[in-house]
Amino acid sequence: MLRSRIVPSLLLRDGGLVKTRQFADDKYVGDPINAVKIFNEKEVDELAIFDIDATAQRHEPDYDLLKSIAAESRMPLCYGGGVTTAAQASRLLQLGFEKISINSAAVARPQLVREMADAIGTQSVVVTIDVRKAGLLGRHAIYTGNGRRQTKLKLTDFLGEVEALGAGEVIVNAIDRDGMMQGYDLALSRTVRDAISIPMTMLGGAGSPADMEQLIETVGTVGAAAGSLFVFTGVYRAVLISYARPAGAEPNG
Amino acid sequence: MIGIIDYGSGNVAAIMNVLRRKRIAHFLSGKPSELAEARSYILPGVGAFDPTMEALTRSGIVAALNEQVLEKRKNVLGICVGMHLLAEGSDEGMAPGLGWIRGRVRRIETARLDRPKLPHMGWNSVSPSGQSPLFRGIDADRGFYFLHSYYFAAADQADVAARVEYGEAMPCAVERGNVFGVQFHPEKSHSNGTRLFENFAELG
Repeated sequence: MLRSRIVPSLLLRDGGLVKTRQFADDKYVGDPINAVKIFNEKEVDELAIFDIDATAQRHEPDYDLLKSIAAESRMPLCYGGGVTTAAQASRLLQLGFEKISINSAAVARPQLVREMADAIGTQSVVVTIDVRKAGLLGRHAIYTGNGRRQTKLKLTDFLGEVEALGAGEVIVNAIDRDGMMQGYDLALSRTVRDAISIPMTMLGGAGSPADMEQLIETVGTVGAAAGSLFVFTGVYRAVLISYARPAGAEPNG
Repeated sequence: MIGIIDYGSGNVAAIMNVLRRKRIAHFLSGKPSELAEARSYILPGVGAFDPTMEALTRSGIVAALNEQVLEKRKNVLGICVGMHLLAEGSDEGMAPGLGWIRGRVRRIETARLDRPKLPHMGWNSVSPSGQSPLFRGIDADRGFYFLHSYYFAAADQADVAARVEYGEAMPCAVERGNVFGVQFHPEKSHSNGTRLFENFAELG
C-alpha cells in the first residue's frame, strides 16, 4: 500500500540551514551536508530543500552545493528556490533531484509549469504555494516573495490551474503556522485535497508526530512536511536533528 | 565491473554513491569501446520516454548495447525510465524502445483510485512474484520509492519479477534472462535499494 510521506523541510540561506518562524526570525541550525548524512541514517521518506534567498536576491540555484547534497543523499529529494526556466529544472534533475519546485515563478508565469512538465515530466514538477489567512473572512490568500506580497489569486482556482498545466504535486505552506509547532491547518488541508487529484504535501505547524497523524487522518495519503519538528528540541529551540514517524506512517504499519 | 551507461539522462551520481559505499566496482561511460569492458550494465533514465530514448539513440551506443546484451548475454538493469526503454514502445511517446523484453509502457489506470491519483509517488510495498535474485533479502513490506505515471505492461507474465499495488496490481520489476528492469528508484530507497544493487552485482 502507498504510504503517507513524512518529509523534513530544510531552508538554505548563505550555504547553511536555517529555520524560521512565520517566515521571519531565522535561526541557524547547521550544515546541509551533515543534515543529509543524518537523514540518510534515519532512512527518511523524502527530503525537501528550499533556498529562501535565491528568488529574493535573484540568483540561480547554487548548483555546486546542490550537487554535493544530491550525491550524498540516499533518499528522494525535492528542491525549490530561484528556478525560473525549464532548462534550470532539467539541470537540477540531472544533479539527482527527483522533484523541482517553483513558487513565485509559478504565480508570475503559470506557463512555466507546462514548460517544466514537457522537459522533465509531470511527475517531477512541484508547485509550492505560500498561503496566509487574510481579510475579515479569514480566507487563505496566496503570497509570494517569502510571504511579503499578497496576490489576488483565489487558492482553489490556482490549485486547479497548476494541476491542469501539468504539476505533479503541490506543497502548501501555511505562513501563519510556520515554526509555531501547534499543528497543521487542517481546514486548509481539506480545501487543498478537494481541489486537486495530484499528490499534496502540507507544510507549517507540525509540532509532534501526533500532528502528522491528525493530518493523515484528515486527508488520507499525504505528504506531512515539517521543519522545526526535525531540527529543534525543547522550548528554547535547541538544535538537534532528529526524525520520528507517527505510528500511522511506519514502514510496516 | 558494472558499466553505468552515461547518455545524459538519469541520476548517475546517486547510483554511483551507493555502489561506492558498498565497494561495488563500477565506472561511468558513454563510449562503446569502454562499455565493452564491463561485465554488466546499469541503464538509468529520467524524464519522458521520447526524449530519453532519443538521448540514448543520439549517443550512438544502442548497437553496442545490443551486442553486449543480446549476443554476449551480459546482465543489464534498467531503472525507472531506463526500465521503460527495455520495452517495445510506450503510450507516453512515439519512439520505439529497445525491445529487449516484450511489452509496452502504459499509463496507470486511475479509475479505482481515490485522491491522489497520478503520479504514483511515494513509498509502496512490493510483491516479488517468484525467485527473482534481485529481491533476495528485500523487505517487501517496506518496499521502494516510486515516482511515475507509466508502467511496463510486460506481454509475458513470466517476465514480471515483482508487482506493486496502486489502484490495481501492476508490474514494478521485469526480468527475462539477463535483462532486468525496476520501476522504482533503488538509489533512493535506503537499505532495500542498496540490497537490490548488491544482488544485481552478485549476478556477475
